[in-house]
Amino acid sequence: MEFQLPPYSLKMMLPELFLFGWALVVIAFDLVSGRKKESAVGYLTLAGILIAGGLLAFTGYGRGFGNMFFNDPMARFFKIIFLGAAFMAVGSSFGVLKERVRNHRGEYLGLILFSTVGMMFLASSQELLSLYIGLELTTIPLFVLAAFYKDNKLSVEAGIKYFVVGAFSSALLLYGISFLYGMAGTTDIIQMKINLAITHLTFKSIGMTLVIAVVTMLAGIGFKLGLPPFHQWVPDVYEGSPTPVAAFLSIGSKAAGLVAFAKIFVNGLSAFFGPEMLPNDWGQLVAIMAILAMVLGNTVAIWQTNIKRMLGYSSIAQAGYIMIGMVAMNVYGLSSVAYYMFAYMFANMGAFAIVTIFEDKTESTQISSYRGLSKSEPALSLILSIFLLSLAGIPPLAGFMAKYYVFAAAVEKASSPNGVTWLYWLVGVGLLTSVFSLYYYVNVIKQMYFSREDSPYKIPVSAPALAVIVICLIGVILFGIWPEPILQFAKDIPASFGFLAR
Amino acid sequence: MTENAYLIFLLPLLSFMMIVFFLRWKEKIAAGYSIITILISWMMSIWVLLETIARHGVAHEAFYKFVEFKSFSLELGILVDPLTAVMLVVVTTVGACVEIYSLGYMHGDPRFSRFYAYLSLFLFSMLGLVLANNFFMIFIFWELVGLTSYLLIGFWFEKKSAADACKKAFITTRVGDLGFLVGLMMLITYAGTLNYGELFELVGAGAIPATILTIAAIGVFCGAVGKSAQFPLHVWLPDAMEGPTPVSALIHAATMVAAGVYLVARSMTLFVGSADASMVVAIIGLTTSLLAATIAITQVDIKRILAYSTVSQLGYMIMALGLYGYDTAMGHHSPGYYAGTFHLMTHAFFKALLFLGAGSVIHAVHTNDIREMGGLLPKLKITAPTFMIASLSIAGIFPLAGFWSKDEIVAATVHHPIFYILTLAIAFMTAFYMWRLCFMVFFGKPRDQHRFEHAHESPKNMSYPLIFLAFLSVCAGWVGIPWLSHGFASFAYHGEPYHPHFSFLNAFIASAVALSGIGLAYLMYYKKSISAEKIGAMIRPLYLGSYNKWYFDEIYQFIIIDPLMSFARFMWSFDARGVDGVVNGTARLTMLWSDLKMWFDKWIVDGAVNGAGWLVTQLGNLLRLIQTGKAQSYALFMGAMIVAIGFWKYESTFVEGAWPKMTIIVAICAIVLAILGRLIPQETASPEEDK
Repeated sequence: MEFQLPPYSLKMMLPELFLFGWALVVIAFDLVSGRKKESAVGYLTLAGILIAGGLLAFTGYGRGFGNMFFNDPMARFFKIIFLGAAFMAVGSSFGVLKERVRNHRGEYLGLILFSTVGMMFLASSQELLSLYIGLELTTIPLFVLAAFYKDNKLSVEAGIKYFVVGAFSSALLLYGISFLYGMAGTTDIIQMKINLAITHLTFKSIGMTLVIAVVTMLAGIGFKLGLPPFHQWVPDVYEGSPTPVAAFLSIGSKAAGLVAFAKIFVNGLSAFFGPEMLPNDWGQLVAIMAILAMVLGNTVAIWQTNIKRMLGYSSIAQAGYIMIGMVAMNVYGLSSVAYYMFAYMFANMGAFAIVTIFEDKTESTQISSYRGLSKSEPALSLILSIFLLSLAGIPPLAGFMAKYYVFAAAVEKASSPNGVTWLYWLVGVGLLTSVFSLYYYVNVIKQMYFSREDSPYKIPVSAPALAVIVICLIGVILFGIWPEPILQFAKDIPASFGFLAR
Repeated sequence: MTENAYLIFLLPLLSFMMIVFFLRWKEKIAAGYSIITILISWMMSIWVLLETIARHGVAHEAFYKFVEFKSFSLELGILVDPLTAVMLVVVTTVGACVEIYSLGYMHGDPRFSRFYAYLSLFLFSMLGLVLANNFFMIFIFWELVGLTSYLLIGFWFEKKSAADACKKAFITTRVGDLGFLVGLMMLITYAGTLNYGELFELVGAGAIPATILTIAAIGVFCGAVGKSAQFPLHVWLPDAMEGPTPVSALIHAATMVAAGVYLVARSMTLFVGSADASMVVAIIGLTTSLLAATIAITQVDIKRILAYSTVSQLGYMIMALGLYGYDTAMGHHSPGYYAGTFHLMTHAFFKALLFLGAGSVIHAVHTNDIREMGGLLPKLKITAPTFMIASLSIAGIFPLAGFWSKDEIVAATVHHPIFYILTLAIAFMTAFYMWRLCFMVFFGKPRDQHRFEHAHESPKNMSYPLIFLAFLSVCAGWVGIPWLSHGFASFAYHGEPYHPHFSFLNAFIASAVALSGIGLAYLMYYKKSISAEKIGAMIRPLYLGSYNKWYFDEIYQFIIIDPLMSFARFMWSFDARGVDGVVNGTARLTMLWSDLKMWFDKWIVDGAVNGAGWLVTQLGNLLRLIQTGKAQSYALFMGAMIVAIGFWKYESTFVEGAWPKMTIIVAICAIVLAILGRLIPQETASPEEDK
C-alpha cells in the first residue's frame, strides 16, 4: 500500500502562514534595529495584521489537508474577530511599548501574533486534536504575556496563576477528548457525531463514560470562557497582566473558547443536548453555568474598586449572556452568538483602550481616579461612557442589539413546538441581571460626570490608540443602529452546524 | 440619489450633534457647518425631486423592520413620492435661506451657536417627518418638531412673554397630539399596521368599519389642528411670534405649521373613506381662515398680522383638502388635493419671505408696531420691493405664484356656494390687510421721525435670501399653470395626466376681488380718502371684537384656565381651612397618621426598594468570598466542582425523586475548602479587595 499525502491547500491557510512568518519578522526586526525603533515595530505588527486580514478575503470556503483544515463562514467570521482583537490590542499597546516593555518589544508583539495564529487555526479545525493544539497555541503565549511585567509582582503572580490553573484545565480538556476518542474511534468531529449516534442506537445508552467526557471538557472550555465555577482566575489575571493583554484575553481567548465549545458541543455532541439524553445531556448543565456566570459576575462586579477587576467580572457576566445563545441550539443561536461577540469586541476593546491610555498616564486603575474626568477630558469621558453603556446593553448601541438577539434566539427555541421551556428561566435571569449590571457600569460614568472634584489628568492619546478608539466607537454606534450587514454574514454560520433555516 | 434620501435628514442631525458636542464655542464654524449641511441637503432634495419627476411620480419606499412583534411591527423607513419630494425642496429651501439670513439677524447673540444647533435639530425633525413611511415615525418626528418649536420660541427665555409663549405653544399643540395618538391607536388596533401603503390599501378595501374610520380620521386631524394652529387651537401661533423672527419664518410660517396640512394630505385616503370627517375638516378650515382673516385686519403688530395671515392661509389649504375628501367620497371630481398641496408650496415661499422681510424691517426700526413706521420705501431698497412682491403674491395677483394656487382653491369650492362666497371674502380681506400693512410701513410720511432716521438696510447676508425668495414667490407658481401638459397637477396625482379645469370666469372674479381689496387699502391708508377711524367707529363692536382676537384668549382663560386655577385654589383653601379650623386633637391625629405613613414609607416602601438593592450587593459580597487569590485553592475548587457535577449527573440518573445529596455535600465542601484557602499563610501580591 502506498502512503498518500493529503492534497496540500496552502492557499486556504495563507493568512495563518503569513501571520506566523510575520511574527518572526517582527521579532527579528526588533533585534536587528537594536530595540530602538519603539513605534516602528508596532506599526509593522499592525500592518501585518491588516495584510493577514486582507489575505483572508482570498482564502475562499472549503476544506484542505484532508479534513484537517476547514474554512466555513464561522471560521471566517471568528478569524475577523481574532484579527480585530489583535489589531486593537496592539494598537492600544503603544504606550506600554514605549515605557514598560522596553527590552522585549519584539517578543511582546510576536507573542500576540503567535496567539492569534493559534486562534485562527482553532477556528479552522474540524477535528479534536488540531482543535486542542490550536487552543494550546492560543493559550501558551498568553501565559507569558500575562507575566510580561517581569519586575511587577502582580503581573508575575497573574502569569503563574493563569499558567497553573490553565495547565490544569488543559489537562482536563485533553482527558475528556481522550474519552471521546475512545468511544467514537475517531477525532474527526463530523465522523464522531455519526459514530456516537450509532453507538447510542446500538446499545441504547452510552452510559456514564460520556458523562466524564462532557464534564471534563466543559471544565476545560469553561476555564477559557471564565464560566463559573471555573472563573476564579479571571479577575486576578485581568488585574495583574498588562492592560492590552487583559483586553486581548477578554476577546481573543473568549472567542477561541466559544469556537471550541461550538465545535465540540453544538456540533459534535448536538444529539446529547436535551434532558432526554440523561445522564449525558449537557444543555441544562451549561444553562446553570450561564446563570451562575450572570449572577456572580454582575453582583461581584458591584464591589470592585479597580476598573480592570470590574471589567474582569463584567466579562464573566458577558460570557453568561453569550452562553444563552449557545444553548438556544437553533438557526438563530449561533448567529446571535457571533453577533454578540462582534459587538462585545468593539465595546470591550474600546473600554480597555481608554483604560490603557489612562493607566499609561496616571499609573492608576482605580475607579476613584476617574473622578471628574469629564471636565478635563470631555470627549474621552463621553466615549468611555458610550462603551460602558453598550456593555450594559443600552439602546441604540450595539450591546443592546447583541443582547436582544441572544434573548430572542432563546425565546424562539423555548416557544417552538417541542420547546425547551427552561430557556425562559435563562432569559429571565439574563434580563434581571442586566439591571444589576447597570449599577457598576454607570458607577464609572457617575464618577466621571457627577463628582465635584476636578480631575488633574490630561490624557495624551497616541495616533494608534486614537484609531482603535474611533474604530470601536463607530462599531458600537453603527452596528447598534444598523446591524443588518453583520447579521447577514452571521446568518450563514449555523448552516455548517446542521441548523438550516426553515 | 433617491435610495440615499435618508441622508437628507441625517445631515442636519449630524450638524446638530457636531455643534452640541464640539463646536459650541466656535460660533463662526458652527454656523458655517450648519449652513453647509443644509445646502447639501438642499441640493440632494432638488436631485431627489428631479428623479421623482423623471420616474413620473412613482413612489420609492425603503425600510427595515425595527421591532417585530407577532401582531404588528414597527418600521424605520423612507417614502419618496411627489408630495414628499416637493416638501423636501420646500423645507430645505426655506431652511437654507433662514440659516443664511440668521447670520445677520442673530449676530452678536450670546447663544448664537445654540441657535444653529436648534435650527439643525428642527430641520432634521421636519425632514424626517416628511420622509417617514409610516405613522409611527411621523409621530416621533411630530413630537420632535414640537420640542424644537418649544425650544426656539423660548429662545430668549429671559423675556417672560417668550417663556409664556413657548409653554402655551407646547401645551396647546399637545391637546391636538392627544387626538392624533388616539387616532393612531385606533388605526393600529383595527388595521394592524401603521405603514402608509399597507394601511391605505386596507382602508381602500373597506377593511375598517366606517364609524371607526371617521373617528380615527378626525383623531388624526386633531393632530393637524394643533400643529397647523386651526380653530379652536389657533391661539398659540400669534403668541409664538415672541421667538426670533427667522424662527417665525421657518417654523411658524413655512414648514412646521404646514406639517398639519401635510399630514392631512398624506392621510387623504382616510378622509376620502369618510365624507363626515372630510366635512369636519373643510368646515374647521373655513372657520379658521375666516376668523384669522378678520382678526388680521385690525392688528398693529407686524409679526402678528403675518401670524394671523398664516393661520388664515393654512385654513385655506385645510379647507381645500377637506373639500377634496368630501367631493371624492361623494364621487365627484375635485381639484382640492392639488390645490391644497400647491398652495402649501407657494405659501411657504412667500410667507417665509414676508417674515424675513418683517424681520428686516424690525431690524431697521427696532419696533414691531406698524403705527410707528411709515415711509420706509426709500430707506429699505431691497426689503421693501421684495416684501411688496410677496404681498402681491399672497393677494393673488396675476402672474405671481399666489395667483395660480389661490385660483385652484377657489375652483375647489365652486360646488359649495357658502364656501365659495366666504373664500372670496377671505381673499378680499387678505389682499386688504396685506396692503394695509404695506401702505402703513413703506408709504406715507414717517410717523416716528427718530426711528425713521436711524433706519438702515440690513446686511447682505440678510438681503440675499430675500431676493432669492422673491424670485420663488414670483416663479414657483408657474409649475402649476393649468394648461401645462405635465404640470404640478399631474405630478401630484402620481403621474396620471390631470388637467385642472381653468375657468376664466373664476380667475377673473378672484383677481377682481383681490384688486378691490388692494384698492380699498389704497384708498384708506394711502389716499386717506376713506377714514379708517370713521369706519371703525361705525362698526365699533365688530372692530373691537377683531382687535381683541374675538376674545379667544379671554374665553379660554375664563372657561379653562380660571376654573382650573380656582379649583386648585379651592383645594388649597379647603386644605388650609381644614387644618386651621379643626382643633388640636385632629391635628395630632393627622400628625400621627403622617408619622405612620412616614414610617411605612421609610421601612416598607423604601425598605423594599433598598432591600432589593441590598440583597443584590450582599449576594455579590458573599460570592466574592471564594475569590481567595490563591492558585492552589482555585485548582482545588475547580477539581471539587467537577466532582460535584459528576455526582449530580450520577444522582439525577440513578437516584430518583430525592435531592441530589452528594452533589450538594460536595459542592458545599468545595466552597468551604475554597474559603478556607484564605487561611493559608502565604505572601501574595493581589490587593486586599476580594480577600
